[in-house]
Amino acid sequence: MSELPGDLRYTDEHEWLRQEEDGSVTIGITDHAQMALGDLVYVELPEVGQEMEPGGEMAVVESVKAASDVYAPIGGEVTAINEELSDDPEKINADPYGDGWIVRMQPSGDSETMSPGEYQTFLDGLED
Amino acid sequence: MSEQLIFERSRSGRMAAAQVPTPASDDGIPAAMRRQDAPILPQVSELQAVRHYTRLSQQNFSIDTHFYPLGSCTMKYNPRICNSLALLPGFAGRHPLGPESHGQGFLACMYDLQEMLAAVTGMEEFSLTPMAGAQGELAGVAMIRAYHVANGNEERDEIIVPDAAHGTNPATATMCGCKVKEIATGPDGDVDIEALKATLGPNTAGIMLTNPSTLGVFERRIMEISELVHDAGGLLYYDGANLNAILGKARPGDMGFDVIHLNLHKTFSTPHGGGGPGSGAVGVGETLKPFLPVPVVGKGKRKGEDYYHWLTETELPQSIGRLSGFMGNAGVLLRAYVYMRLVGRDGMRRIAEFATLNANYLEKRLKEAGFELAFPARRASHEFIVTLKNEAKELQVNAMDFAKALLDKGFHAPTTYFPLLVPECLLIEPTESETKEMVDRFVDALVEIREEAKTDAEQVKGAPYTTPVRRLDDVKAARQLDLVWHPGAPSD
Repeated sequence: MSELPGDLRYTDEHEWLRQEEDGSVTIGITDHAQMALGDLVYVELPEVGQEMEPGGEMAVVESVKAASDVYAPIGGEVTAINEELSDDPEKINADPYGDGWIVRMQPSGDSETMSPGEYQTFLDGLED
Repeated sequence: MSEQLIFERSRSGRMAAAQVPTPASDDGIPAAMRRQDAPILPQVSELQAVRHYTRLSQQNFSIDTHFYPLGSCTMKYNPRICNSLALLPGFAGRHPLGPESHGQGFLACMYDLQEMLAAVTGMEEFSLTPMAGAQGELAGVAMIRAYHVANGNEERDEIIVPDAAHGTNPATATMCGCKVKEIATGPDGDVDIEALKATLGPNTAGIMLTNPSTLGVFERRIMEISELVHDAGGLLYYDGANLNAILGKARPGDMGFDVIHLNLHKTFSTPHGGGGPGSGAVGVGETLKPFLPVPVVGKGKRKGEDYYHWLTETELPQSIGRLSGFMGNAGVLLRAYVYMRLVGRDGMRRIAEFATLNANYLEKRLKEAGFELAFPARRASHEFIVTLKNEAKELQVNAMDFAKALLDKGFHAPTTYFPLLVPECLLIEPTESETKEMVDRFVDALVEIREEAKTDAEQVKGAPYTTPVRRLDDVKAARQLDLVWHPGAPSD
């Protein structure tokens, strides 16, 4: 059973989004995603200032098992990246919704996201 | 018991006296180019060195000692005669820069190898120069790219790759400057044709396929795929990883493939594992002939006799170029040549028949023993997939635990967690080399492990217990990569 904070929005690519007070959005991957990937050993981050298309490749997370793309859940400009992940990718495993955040963006449009309840239903549907 | 590093046995001044080279007073090397410090080498006696490496060799888990059903790797027996003949002094002592006239025997073998590989795959011509499978892939996609550029179609830079493909396929396409377009696999293991149609377009360079696929099933609609890709102006690349299943039975050339790489170290039984030298020979149809990597061995006449010679950039000016210092791994190529001559045309068919028979027998027995197959409706090719998701859920013992427990029972583990799209999977390839008794013992071992998991899951999760090292910390190994010994390095 994975953890799902109530104040976040979620996507079917297993990312979470947090609306910040200054209008920006913080993005990371969910507890479910980090558990499925296993211990992360490398994270590739975008550049600050980079423009993202919705669905574009935003970051790469690599575990002992596999490397996976993280897609931008929303379009916009990257305003901050979590540089600590370069040295400590395991922060995503330890604290996916906190110290393990990946990117902060100034969004240029809306995105299709799910509430915690909807995401939980989506997760339940994945298990057969 | 883990073996000490040879450096840890080192004592100053200890040496194999008979092997110490005499310093040459005048060897012509200028003083400025001589090294100032002695190299850091272990100082041990000859007997210590012999014992160290003999012990390491005895710790090997290898095809010579154990059943090795590592899916997609085709760990078949390597006949000793291939080794003996490749080591004949005329081959082993030949200098790669020697003149053609002094290497006619070697060149004749290489020419015949090119011809035999072309015949068994239905391609027109082969180049033996790639040093490994991944380099063969690189050569293949580089040729596809060179073909489109030569035709003025610079914009064709999209390579389509099914989601079940080997990870090297998208990596290869990216290395060649192409964009990767991933397409889905249908529930029965075939490529999703509608997804393919939606992806094909004016930017399509080609598609990379493995057939049978890494899911262990034959791509039944290959002729339709071939027509669709060609109609869209793209070319078809065949990843030869799984050729063992169809050797002598069906030919990629007849399926419409334009370029193919073969892992001679898989299908044609040259030794591999442990990162040893491989060979990724590439074959092409008519379309891609001008782009083959050089050198290729050609055959002509001199004074009425057959005469073999190198074809280089002069004869193939559109070649994608050279991929190795000379022409691939000569010793590996010779072993593959001997193997093909040894088994002959009929033997090739028997290889495919027994490889698929062994796989289907093993698959059926595991199904009867209650293991879940990933594609129960399909006949296996030379390999198949078992998913242990039920065991992982009900017993909390996953595919990795089964793999480790197999080591204690004297079996190399199958491929685990690949292909990525099947959860908790074991990809099992028995090859044609194994007896029915051995395959039966392997089934018994998996059943025993499952029984042990029911009574004592922790015992299984702690495996292996009998190997020189237990479970390695693969996360630490990836995060703190440390491969080179240096003085003062910690001893573990």
